[in-house]
Amino acid sequence: MLEIRDLHASAGDRQILKGINLTVNAGEVHAIMGPNGSGKSTLAGVLAGRDGLEVTGGTVTFKGQDLLDLEPEERAREGVFLAFQYPVEIPGVNNAYLLKAGLNEVRKHRGEPELDAMDFMTLIRERMALLQMDDTLLSRPVNEGFSGGEKKRNEIFQMAVLEPTLAILDETDSGLDIDALKTVAGGVNALRSPDRSMVVVTHYQRLLNYIVPDFVHVLSGGRIVKSGGKELALELEAKGYGWIETEPATASV
Amino acid sequence: MSTATETVEELANQEYKYGFVTDVETDSIPIGLNEDVVRLISSKKEEPEWLLEWRLNAFRVWLKMSEPEWHNVHYDPIDYQSISYYAAPKKQIKLDSLDDVDPEIRATFDKLGISLDEQKRLSGVAVDAVFDSVSVATTFKDTLANLGIIFCSFSEAVREHPDLVRKYLGSVVPHSDNFFAALNSAVFSDGSFAYIPKGVKCPMELSTYFRINAANTGQFERTLLIADEGAEVSYLEGCTAPQRDENQLHAAVVELVALDDATIKYSTVQNWYPGDENGKGGIFNFVTKRGKAFANAKVTWTQVETGSAITWKYPSCILQGDNSVGEFYSVAVTNNCQEADTGTKMVHLGKNTRSTIISKGISAGRGQNTYRGLVRIGKGATGARNFSQCDSLLIGDRCGAHTFPYLEVKNTTSQVEHEASTSKIGEDQIFYCRQRGLSTEDAVNLIVNGFCKEVFRELPMEFAVEAQKLLGVSLEGSVG
Ligand SMILES: Nc1ncnc2c1ncn2[C@@H]1O[C@H](COP(=O)(O)OP(=O)(O)OP(=O)(O)O)[C@@H](O)[C@H]1O
Ligand SMILES: [Mg+2]
Repeated sequence: MLEIRDLHASAGDRQILKGINLTVNAGEVHAIMGPNGSGKSTLAGVLAGRDGLEVTGGTVTFKGQDLLDLEPEERAREGVFLAFQYPVEIPGVNNAYLLKAGLNEVRKHRGEPELDAMDFMTLIRERMALLQMDDTLLSRPVNEGFSGGEKKRNEIFQMAVLEPTLAILDETDSGLDIDALKTVAGGVNALRSPDRSMVVVTHYQRLLNYIVPDFVHVLSGGRIVKSGGKELALELEAKGYGWIETEPATASV
Repeated sequence: MSTATETVEELANQEYKYGFVTDVETDSIPIGLNEDVVRLISSKKEEPEWLLEWRLNAFRVWLKMSEPEWHNVHYDPIDYQSISYYAAPKKQIKLDSLDDVDPEIRATFDKLGISLDEQKRLSGVAVDAVFDSVSVATTFKDTLANLGIIFCSFSEAVREHPDLVRKYLGSVVPHSDNFFAALNSAVFSDGSFAYIPKGVKCPMELSTYFRINAANTGQFERTLLIADEGAEVSYLEGCTAPQRDENQLHAAVVELVALDDATIKYSTVQNWYPGDENGKGGIFNFVTKRGKAFANAKVTWTQVETGSAITWKYPSCILQGDNSVGEFYSVAVTNNCQEADTGTKMVHLGKNTRSTIISKGISAGRGQNTYRGLVRIGKGATGARNFSQCDSLLIGDRCGAHTFPYLEVKNTTSQVEHEASTSKIGEDQIFYCRQRGLSTEDAVNLIVNGFCKEVFRELPMEFAVEAQKLLGVSLEGSVG
């Protein structure tokens, strides 16, 4: 599914990713943890094709093709979805309308017919129920005035509608209250499937109680410095990052 | 500069699609302006004496006036003596049948997507097409005539309905109003005229397409719309213009008269040639548009301004009668070297008069967009209310947006509210949309369209589609 080899990336003149290696197979859920500023969002941004991030070395293969060669929208249509750490507000643009436009682009790309307003409504009603989304969020401008938690819930709702093959969730748990966390995690779990992979960036073990990962990686200083199973998250919760940051970067999956 | 910004600018810089010159022989008079030229125009049009006098008065006033300089637009001095003030297609064209229209002209309209045939058959829009200042085609006259509605070229109105023209011409925009209006009054070539009788609701949108064609010919349109007591009319004006090198002067005057209880909705999609990316060759558009609303009457201006090198335009409302209403909804786009200084004047004279101003300025490239609005509440305007909202959207780093709201309040019982905002299309907004599968172009369209929504909503359907084409915007769907 996703194969990252020796990925180096910089922003401005700053080298941020310094040789990432990561393989994500179909159906797997990988958690990425690591201290603030270690490069987690940068990695997510590089995968999604964010402007201003320059790949200075390495390769990323997605479903057999060179991911880095694709425009951001082409990646999205191929099934790469990024749930943003900080979803941007777009005044004047209706939330449902953007989603419909995006979904129809994805469908066109897959050779499926575009959905009309009726079919689209039916689909989103169902996905809204899954995430217990407030109706009114749908008709408001994208993220404008949404609370922190509403923004995060909206991201996962979009993911549920777009049905990506690779979902990257960047700190989706931050900003969610305890009940919302359960609901959103439930939504994510409902979307787990043998042909869908997920990369879940988080600081907290708590999320991983709900979305149980197959692998946990620690990103530090632009490298994956430790990898393990789900129990690694518990260890990190207990001991912090100090004890591994000194270890050599050997681990990779 | 990052790639996202570049792409956005590329989009904003898309070349003018409607640039071409039609090859029709034109009957022009020599360049230059003096009393003889004014007389010549009037005699070519076989005008009555009173109209010639009116023109001459305007000309004499104009001679003593100087070009305004208070606006925030910049252009090389206009040499008024190097312009030809009249051009008419040479072939004489009968007005009553579309088949008699010069095939070249028909083809031009077709290129613009304004096939009269199609309009006639499908859309129910009566079109009075103005080609180089002379009307060449008029449709739907019969339907309108049955209701007593007059819709014709200005010249025809002078011939057929001189009393109406004489009564109302200059009653809203006097010939001495301003430099450009005085010039227009002296040399206006043609334009449209409409009269809706008492209590009649015009059953279709009245529509005019303007077009500049003959090289070096200034365009001086004169439009007069009268809605008699209790009448209702919606009027559409739109234009595209051919590409050329020399700057072209356009100084139109539009007068609206809404008598007691009448409603006039005037919508414009303006797409004059804006010049190339260095600003060369664009149209100079100096327009005076004003409506007068008598008791309980309503005048609504909606405009989508995308063209011209220079736009100088303030569709205004004189709220003369008690309870009269004035509205102004505007989208103005400037890119490359375009400059627009546009806005409105709402002059409250009657009691309980109300006005609404919604202005959306979009600047891209090196475009400069200025909103200039005046809200004047007269002494007698007890209980008057105004709400103004001026929003600016910037695309890229080299453009500018400026807002000058002026306020003159002479009645303390009135209420005036003003809101303003400036925002920028952010790269992160575009990236967000692209991450959801949209192309950059669609993302920009979506954002721009969202920004203009409150104005587009005011446009009649046909025009909303045109506006959408012009801005390259896909309309927001009905979902949600
Ligand atoms: N455009 C940029 N220019 C300069 N430095 C940048 C830029 N973008 C990111 N950085 C820096 O790169 C480092 C990694 O940032 P990143 O957002 O990837 O961290 P993160 O692991 O997601 O942190 P957090 O846990 O706080 O979200 C940070 O030190 C950040 O300041
Ligand atoms: Mg981050």
